[in-house]
Amino acid sequence: MPKKTRPDTVPPSQTPEFWQLRLYVAGMTARAVAAFDNLKRLCEEHLAGYYEIEIIDLLENPKLAAGDQILAVPTLVRKLPPPMKKIIGDLSNEERVLVGLDLRPR
Amino acid sequence: MPPETNIMTLEKCPTGIRGLDDITSGGLPRGRTTLVCGGTGCGKTLLALEFIVRGIREFDEPGVFMSFEETTEELASNVASLGFDLEELIHGGKLAMDYVHVERSEIEETGEYDLEGLFVRLDSMIVETGAKRVGIDSLEALFAGLPNEAILRAELRRLFRWLKDRGVTTVITGEQGKNELTRYGLEEYVSDCVIFLNHRVVNRVGTRLLRIVKYRGSSHGTNEYPTMIDEHGLSVLPISSLGFDYPVSTERVSTGIDRLDAMLGGKGYYSGSSVLVSGTAGTGKSSLAAAFADAACRRGERCLYVAFEEAPAQICRNMASVGFDLDQWTGKGLLRFHAVRSTLCGLEQHLGSMIKLAREFRPAVVVIDPVTNLSAVGSAEETKAMLTQVVDFCKNQSITTLFTSLTEGGGPQEQTDPGVSSLMDTWVLLRNTETPSGERNRLLFVLKSRGMAHSSQVREFMLSDKGVQLTDVYIGAGTVLTGSARLIQEAQDEAVAEARHRDATRRQRDLEQEKAQVQARIGALQHKAALLAEDLDSLTGDERSRLETATRNRADLASARQVD
Repeated sequence: MPKKTRPDTVPPSQTPEFWQLRLYVAGMTARAVAAFDNLKRLCEEHLAGYYEIEIIDLLENPKLAAGDQILAVPTLVRKLPPPMKKIIGDLSNEERVLVGLDLRPR
Repeated sequence: MPPETNIMTLEKCPTGIRGLDDITSGGLPRGRTTLVCGGTGCGKTLLALEFIVRGIREFDEPGVFMSFEETTEELASNVASLGFDLEELIHGGKLAMDYVHVERSEIEETGEYDLEGLFVRLDSMIVETGAKRVGIDSLEALFAGLPNEAILRAELRRLFRWLKDRGVTTVITGEQGKNELTRYGLEEYVSDCVIFLNHRVVNRVGTRLLRIVKYRGSSHGTNEYPTMIDEHGLSVLPISSLGFDYPVSTERVSTGIDRLDAMLGGKGYYSGSSVLVSGTAGTGKSSLAAAFADAACRRGERCLYVAFEEAPAQICRNMASVGFDLDQWTGKGLLRFHAVRSTLCGLEQHLGSMIKLAREFRPAVVVIDPVTNLSAVGSAEETKAMLTQVVDFCKNQSITTLFTSLTEGGGPQEQTDPGVSSLMDTWVLLRNTETPSGERNRLLFVLKSRGMAHSSQVREFMLSDKGVQLTDVYIGAGTVLTGSARLIQEAQDEAVAEARHRDATRRQRDLEQEKAQVQARIGALQHKAALLAEDLDSLTGDERSRLETATRNRADLASARQVD
């Protein structure tokens, strides 16, 4: 159930800082829901209009786990911009997530 | 969670790995997890992968292999040389493989998580193939890749429980730790069966060993078993299980040398016995061995010749010079050489490859030339233990074995390096003697030969292009002579006899001459006597006629004188 939020003013081709994010979960557990909520809030705050979040439920698509080498759930994968980043956990520590996504210097 | 079945007896899951099922009395515990641990390069991964592959090929049990260290492609090419075609098994739907890559630097951790992703991946493969077996190599990569050890340990515990509940038989591998079996204490989670692999290097020679550390609910061998990796994969040698109850034969086999057969009660070695030929360098041990091998092939039997010193071609060439055409037997498939440097591998591997070859080739006769080289790769005790196993194995298979043993010059001659003589049924000693004339000659003794009347005499052992010959030595006047000394002595003896003969002839001739002379003299005297007799006769005749004449004359005269 990909959710896409794009600003109308800037075309995607001119936004090098477009963010493609994937959140892997295994069933809609409380932890998965918490992770999604945390991520959504954070993106709206820092990347409003420049991101897309794709949620992959491994219970429905177990084959997709191997592609991004998913072991832990929830796992957030930053597909774009490169390099690929992985953040595991329920994303409750906003500071750590921002550092992990390179939105804040370490 | 499925109900626990077979509480009474533990069901076994055969691995198909040669020897491993013997020492575990049937295989790994079915439906449980077995930990295989050991140092780097000890064969853990191979054992786990072979368990899966053999499960598919030999027991029709599909399998799943999850690797944390090598990609599927890497693993496939690693085991291709063992005849395992992983691609084919994957295409056939019997095997599923997954390479799990965990890179610490790519991972940031925030908040609670679990390893459901790992479970999902395993589960999807198990469902896809209908797997009965799972191999995981090696979970320890997780410890390096995931920052939160508490979560990891909890999840591992859950994983093993989960695998058990799925009813799959699992093999996981673990790197050897400093004070524990595994670096991260995986043995803590696996309570059913733990196998320890060891790759020991002694004198720069590596030896693989396998030990069952624990096997809950099952009897198992407790020794360290020699283990080999060869072109057929892993194999464990359950050799120490061999006992003394082997068949004993009264049949005899020729030594290949008539006179030596004669020394051994006229018939040669016992079939299925062990023979030791010892001697210093250049005493002809290999030639004696070749004679034995040649004789076996001549009888149409197969012979395995284990050579630690020479290449087969060199043995064939050298033996051709003493009249044994071994090439013809290799050509006919009766003779097989197994030529390796003793330092190539450990004793166990030597033992293993010999036994493997013997099982394949089924020889009636095995020659090991020389056993002394094995002491380069093991201590005297180890070598003796290994040879005991060779002897026991061969006796069990009714194979006659001939070992040559090099005795170092200067040491006691009637002593073998690894002290193996007590293992041997027949011991032939070859010795060089140096004559005062500066010549070395070979002597052959039969020191012992169990269960037969054997000659206690020494024979001279000669190598020529017509083969190996044994000759009586010169025994006389308190000395034993061999070689040219024997020949000289024999020549001297002959000369003396010749001289005596000549003397007698001359004397005979002299006497005959004298006799002839005497006879000649007798003839001459007889002739003289005859002449004398003739003279005498004529003399008497003259006298008579003279007397007659005189009488007549006197009468004439009287008549003339007119005597009245």
